[in-house]
Order: sequence, then structure tokens, then C-alpha cells
Amino acid sequence: MASKFMENPVIKWVEYRLPIFSFIDHSVGSGYPTPRNLNYWWNFGSLAGVALVIMIASGIVLAMSYTAHVDYAFESVERIMRDVNYGWLIRYIHMNGGSMFFIVVYIHLFRGMYYGSYKAPREIVWIMGVLILLAMMATAFMGYVLPWGQMSFWGATVITNLFSAIPLVGDAIVTWLWGGFSVDNPTLNRFYAFHYLLPFVIFALVFIHLWALHVHRSNNPLGVEAKAPEDSIPFHPYYTMKDLFGMGVFMIIFMGFVFYAPNFFGEPDNYIKANPLVTPPHIVPEWYFLPFYAILRAFTADFFMYWPISWLMSAKLAGVIAMFASILLLLVLPWLDRSKVRSAKFRPIYKQFFWIFFLDCLVLGYIGAKPAEGSFIIIGQLATFYYFFHLIILIPLIGILERPRPIPESISAAVTK
Amino acid sequence: MKKTLLSAFAGLAMVLGISLIGAPAQAEGDTALPYQDWSWSGPFGTFERAALRRGLQVYSEVCSGCHSVKLVAYRNLMDIGFAEDEVKTFAAEFEVEDGPDADGEMFTRPAVPADRFVQPFANENAARASNNGALPPDLSLMTKARKNGADYVYALLTGYEEEAPEGIDLLEGMSYNHYFPGNQIAMAPPIDDDAVEYADGTEASKEQIARDVVTFLAWAAEPELEERKRLGIKVLIFLLVLTGLLYALKRKIWADLH
Repeated sequence: MASKFMENPVIKWVEYRLPIFSFIDHSVGSGYPTPRNLNYWWNFGSLAGVALVIMIASGIVLAMSYTAHVDYAFESVERIMRDVNYGWLIRYIHMNGGSMFFIVVYIHLFRGMYYGSYKAPREIVWIMGVLILLAMMATAFMGYVLPWGQMSFWGATVITNLFSAIPLVGDAIVTWLWGGFSVDNPTLNRFYAFHYLLPFVIFALVFIHLWALHVHRSNNPLGVEAKAPEDSIPFHPYYTMKDLFGMGVFMIIFMGFVFYAPNFFGEPDNYIKANPLVTPPHIVPEWYFLPFYAILRAFTADFFMYWPISWLMSAKLAGVIAMFASILLLLVLPWLDRSKVRSAKFRPIYKQFFWIFFLDCLVLGYIGAKPAEGSFIIIGQLATFYYFFHLIILIPLIGILERPRPIPESISAAVTK
Repeated sequence: MKKTLLSAFAGLAMVLGISLIGAPAQAEGDTALPYQDWSWSGPFGTFERAALRRGLQVYSEVCSGCHSVKLVAYRNLMDIGFAEDEVKTFAAEFEVEDGPDADGEMFTRPAVPADRFVQPFANENAARASNNGALPPDLSLMTKARKNGADYVYALLTGYEEEAPEGIDLLEGMSYNHYFPGNQIAMAPPIDDDAVEYADGTEASKEQIARDVVTFLAWAAEPELEERKRLGIKVLIFLLVLTGLLYALKRKIWADLH
């Protein structure tokens, strides 16, 4: 860090009592060496942080004008849209911010998979990331209920009803979740409370994510550890600047949606007030849940993945378990992958299967948006099968059988030749 | 290896393609939605003021007998070029219940600009009782609450058929509409040529009336639209310049590494 700054008597006084300046310097400053070869896919971690802060800030302002009551929630949101100064802006930022957050986090996640960022010694960084994703999903799901539109209500009804698949106590659990015998005012109130709480839990998880990250520092596109000093560059000003530029691009896209297509990610049905007596023709979750929704719905009585366990549980329960398993499996990815080589750059076979897996996730997302009928069912089931096949069978197998290409000696040797 | 993968992709793509073509009809009308040019689409779009005035007239004379726009206040009309006095006069034509007064009695008074548009029915049951059991929906958010809402409402208003096509039995009191889900709609054809006599002398064809009222409803659903688009231009120009500068700075700082 600039020594001049540290010699300032006030700075010195504070630093002696609370070493915050050296802490910042070692976290995101010149005192944090970072691999010199990070590409733009490494921007998405900081972008996710930006998205989280924007969501918390806009959410707190929205909370000031929102009323969590089934008779007023829908109207209070419209009041924000119409009568609160720039309420429409804050709400559209929050609405689209959710989608932006997920886009950024999904890219971040696939980047980690491609470059093997989850491998030793960064398993806990990865695990914290998966936990953040789970917390984000819970937060987003409950947040979507708050405007109390038709999709809010029916989405909440469908998803909470999943727990009724649990044997014996399922129905009791659902009643307990609802705080009554249907999705109603108590449900809305508790969802609001959790929707306000969980972002701060996410914040804490992000802190641990970064804490673990800073021990062994960022992975990089080559997947070889930075050893010599010339492998790394100080985080500031190089990556602070690069992240700032990435943030500019992100904000252009984000604000493009906010101002010119604010309802692009939304469902028109959610501008109809919740009505427990009228079921929408197609209940679809928000786009970021679609792949998991497809996995859930793939489990019908005649799905071949269900046959072996059909004596044990209902297809519905199997679907619920599969849906949760599809995310929880990611927690053990560091141990499923037996390959010592991190980056897909040097793993010719894994690289191809990575892209097939990526495509498979897109197919699942597409199927999740479609009604469960005709060929959509078959495709969804095949894609669901492939999802698990990739994670459980292919990843360990490729790790053992694949012959990786030679990896470079060091980052600097590969970059500065 | 690569070849097998490619053919696997091709197979998958074909399956997907077939499924797209074979997708069953969903709960929609029997005709694809025709798209219109609207003055408020596009990054610089604004609501045509004359159309808004005519649209309000259509809403007041034709729709408001059954449909509410309960999220819109009379004062909002000042945002689209109505003078304060005009709004006061317009609002005063409607009665609202207020109270209780000092004696604990409810009373009615003429509406003021701060009131929301007065609803045609006291409650849902009253609305159904007057409409053959059907509930005329509130129109405040109609153009946002349907896919391609403005085009949908326009198509719906102009998409009636006097006689149902052969083989379709309409239920008692229902009309045939090409764009309504299921094609049977409880709303009788609401507009016809010269259903209103425009104050500004515009010829009141059925299409003109539909266009004008859709313009009014689009504004009612998104009263922030013009301000949003105006501000959006400034925000995006700012961000483009800022990002350009950030990129230049990034390149400068990184120059010694390359």
C-alpha cells in the first residue's frame, strides 16, 4: 500500500487500534497477490457481490413502502409503482436485479466447473458457494411470493406442497409451513420475514466464501498454482480496475432491462392479484428455477429412473428428492472429480462433456418452461437422467480414464513467453 | 469421439425441433395475435396525447359501466396534459362514499382529484349479479397482465364474430371471439363503428376506438413509462461513457503487463 497514506497521523492512529487499512490492503489491495492470467470469466464473482449489495439496498427501500398482508400486498406494490417517488425504478431494479444476480452466479458456477476451481485446496470455497446458491434460491422463491400476484400465490402453493410428499408427516409439515391450511396471510408474513433475513445470511456466507478464498487465493485459467512472484500481480490496481470495467458492462445490461424491458423476465400473470379460486393455466416458476423444476417434474410413474425405487416411495417424493439432490450433489463435486488437473484447457475429454452438461442444463431450463405433455416429458426425463449421469458417473470416470495434456510449469512461463 | 458427440447434438436438436412443431395448442384463442405499431413502443416512445384523451372518453362512455380502473387516480390525468380544473370537473361527476361524519353517519360526496377512479360496482357479487355471473376484470393493469397485452386487448376488442363457426355451440349469453382463451367470452361486442362521438371530431371507426382505449389502458398500466424511457436514455449514455473511460483506464493500467 502507498506508504505515504499509511504515514498520515490519523491513519496511523486508527491502524494502531484497528488495523482496518492493512486488512483492506490484504483483501482487495496491493497486498493481495492475484494470478496475472485471470480472464474475464473471473469478473463474475465481484459482479455477484455487486448484485447482492444492489438487491439488499433496493430491497430495504422497498420494504419501507410494502405491506405484508394478503389484502394489501398487491396494492402496496402498485402504490410503490405509481405513487412512491421513483418507486417504479427501485422496484424494477429489485425485480430485474434478482434475475441478474442469478445470471451472474450461474456463470460464476459454470466457470468454477470449467476451470476446476472446486478442487483441493479450494473445496470449502466451493461448498460455501453452493450454500450461497441454496440461500439465494430460498430468498428468491420467498421474494417472488411477496407481490401476491397469481404466480406468487400458485408458485408458493406448488412448491410448499412438495413437502407433502414426505411420508407420514408430510401433510403436517405443509400445514406447519403455511401456518394454516392453505397459502394465506400467515404464509405471506413469514415469507416476508425470511426474505428480509436471508440476504444477511447470504452476506455472512459470502464472507466465509471470501475468507476461504483468500487463504489459497484465486484459481486461474491454467489451473496451476501461482508460485513465483512473477506469477501474480497485486489485486489493486489491476483487478480493482478490471472488476470496475466489468461492473460498467454489467450495469449497462442490467439498466437496459430496468429501463427498456422491465418485465422481460416476469410473468404477465403476476400482474393479476392472487386468487385462490382461479388456477392459472400454466404455473411456471421464475426462469432461474426452471432446470430444477424440470427435474422435479421428470419423475413420473413411468420414468425409468423411478422404476428401481418405485417400491420405496411415490414418484412425487422421488422428484422432490431428485430436485434437491441435483443441487446438493454439487457439494461433493470436489470428491467426485478424481482428476488432479484443474483446468478443462488440459482435459480434452472433460472439456467436451462440460459443454454437453451445460447444454443439458439449458435443455432442462427450456423443458421447465413448457407444459408437461407430449415429447416435452421424454426430453425432460432424458435430460434429467443425463444431469445425474454426468455428475455421478461421467465426472469420476473421466477423471480416472482421461489422459490430460501436459500442464505448464508455471503461470508466468505460459503467459509471458 | 468428436463425431459421435456432434451426431448426439444433432439428434438432440432434432428431437427438440420436432417437439416444438408438435407442441399442442395452449389455452389461447384460435388465431395468432396480430401486432400493431404503438406510439409508446421503442426507446423514445410516448403516449399520443390526443389518443389518450379519446381513450379516456371511450373508457368513460363504453367500458366504465362494467370495468373499473381502480389503481388510477383522477389526479393522474394531470400527468397526461389535463388541466387541474378539467380534472376537478371530471372527478366531480362521480360520487364516492365517505365518512363517518361527526354524527357517525356515512355520506356521499363528489369525487376529488385525489380519489381513485370510482368503480362501477360496490363489490364482486354486485358485478357478477349484473353480468350474467361473469366478473368484468379491473383494467388498471390489463396490458401488463396479458402476454403482449396492448396487442391482445386491441385484438380482443376487434376480434368478435357475430356467428360462432360451425360446430361450436356457444353457451347462453356468450360471444365468439378469435383471441379470447377458449374463444367464448362473456363480454358482448363492446364497440362498433361510431360507438362514441369523439369530442375532437376524429372519425370513430371500430379500429380507431379500440386503438384509443388501448392507448389509455397502456398508460393506466404503466404511467411511469415516459419518465422511465427518458431517464433510461440518460442513465445508459452515462454508463456507456463511464464504461468507456473505465476500459481506457484498465488498458492503461494493464499496459505494462502485456
